[in-house]
Amino acid sequence: MSEVKKIATRESYGNALVELGRAHEDLVVLDADLAGATKTGVFKKVFPDRHVDCGIAESNMAGIAAGLATCGKVPFMSSFAMFAAGRAFEQVRNSIGYPHLNVKIGATHAGISVGEDGATHQCNEDLALMRTIPGMVVINPCDDVEAKAAVKAAYEYEGPVYLRFGRLAIPVINNEEDYKFEIGKGIVLREGADVTIAATGLCVNESLGAAEMLAKDGIAAEVINIHTIKPLDEELIIASANKTGKVVTVEEHSVIGGLGSAVCDCLSEHAPAKVMKIGVYDRFGESGPAAQLIKKYELDAESIYKKVKAFI
Amino acid sequence: MTKLELQKTAVEIRKGILTGVHSAKSGHPGGSLSAADIFTYLYFEEMNVDPANPKAENRDRFVLSKGHVAPGLYSTLANRGYFPVKDMETLRHVGSYLQGHPDMKHIPGVDMSSGSLGQGLSAAVGMALAGKMDQKDYRVYALCGDGEIQEGQIWEASMFAGHRKLDNLVVIVDNNGLQIDGNVDDVCSPYPIDKKFEAFNFHVINIDGHDFDQIAAAFKEARDTKGMPTAIIAKTVKGKGVSFMENKASWHGVAPNDEEFANAMEELQKAGEALCQK
Repeated sequence: MSEVKKIATRESYGNALVELGRAHEDLVVLDADLAGATKTGVFKKVFPDRHVDCGIAESNMAGIAAGLATCGKVPFMSSFAMFAAGRAFEQVRNSIGYPHLNVKIGATHAGISVGEDGATHQCNEDLALMRTIPGMVVINPCDDVEAKAAVKAAYEYEGPVYLRFGRLAIPVINNEEDYKFEIGKGIVLREGADVTIAATGLCVNESLGAAEMLAKDGIAAEVINIHTIKPLDEELIIASANKTGKVVTVEEHSVIGGLGSAVCDCLSEHAPAKVMKIGVYDRFGESGPAAQLIKKYELDAESIYKKVKAFI
Repeated sequence: MTKLELQKTAVEIRKGILTGVHSAKSGHPGGSLSAADIFTYLYFEEMNVDPANPKAENRDRFVLSKGHVAPGLYSTLANRGYFPVKDMETLRHVGSYLQGHPDMKHIPGVDMSSGSLGQGLSAAVGMALAGKMDQKDYRVYALCGDGEIQEGQIWEASMFAGHRKLDNLVVIVDNNGLQIDGNVDDVCSPYPIDKKFEAFNFHVINIDGHDFDQIAAAFKEARDTKGMPTAIIAKTVKGKGVSFMENKASWHGVAPNDEEFANAMEELQKAGEALCQK
């Protein structure tokens, strides 16, 4: 069996920017002294005049992005999720969100899979923060193919978009040839009638693994990839919940305010169903190799399988 | 415009500020009045703008970083012809486009939404950067408060502007010496303001912010300054033009009652008439 190709979505971000930059003169990339880590360095190499290093000053970077957008540029401001969504939250809210400016926020190093840097750099709160801003689109791609398509879709969309990327190299599960990305449209990856598993980001692949294990036990799980947390594909989630009656959400993010909360908001109003939220349970992360942390925080296929089995 | 015309215009702008704040029963008259002469000079003399075409691509841009003095900006825009002066009476009313703080989405002539202190200057820097990238010759002006510069983001933006040699950017500090809690140098001193901007590689000019000759000379000097942004530190009087409001921190964010409003308008009316005798 050939080795599964693994790519970190932050790499996809950098590569997509280069490709888009060739076609669009108005695309500008901003970074805050992390161009090597956010992978915008590859853009800088090709388009040095359109790469703006703001230094270690994320709040100012958000404001500069806003100012550039008022003059017709399409800025992608880049930093770690902790700083783009956390440090600069109020700047993103007031200088970008309130005037609904055409700024894209490329947030890398999200979640506990940051790994060794530990809790201070592991942002498990960004989805919650960003989805509360009126008019903000929030996207969390699950692999390289989806991440590149998401960056392109974000460029083509007029308005603020938050893009969440990871540091860890993860399996490429989508097929570049026939993959179609549409903002706000979830993707059913596996059909099933017994339980719905709605997952996002790197947890999509882990959930597929869990579904495989459940199938061996005779449980048919429907796996839905929710790449857009906001606007949420309510229609798809309601339809699946009505079919299975039981919903599990899986995310590498706090269970407070992220995908799980968004799904509960939707279902409690439109199609009450029993929901189990799998994610980071109201605690900070810690240092360690990413793969080990994913196991420890029970976001791996095996852990998801066990939890779903106990749930249904 | 002649100096006399500018002075007369500034009186009208001050009347609009009081009208708006009185009608809203809230808002920020003190800092609006201290910046009124600077607003007047910017919109009636300095900036290349056209009220008939507020989004013109090559227009000069203005960012009110001290966004709470929106009444000052709105009254200036209204008197300049962007929207009816009468609309000042709708300031802060439910359903009015004249929001408590500048809203670029709904107010003609507002180039950037602002209000959360410290953020406007960064946006102005972004606009100046875009001008450099596109080799356009528009200029960008940002008005900051002397209290506002306690925000760290102001210095992030200044460091960047100095580093990038944005000579199409002018920062004006409305140095009226007062903030909500009292004197700026008692609360948390920003002084020396000029030396701070110098240290961030700005060309710095100190002026009396109510003297149109000095204001004109400063903006000309800024225009002639190449290779670095300019900071104009304008010494002003909070509440300027309404005697009972002058130099009182308590008028930072309080509206005059009916009697105070009548007295203030009468004082401004007389000041305007006196200018007409000249």
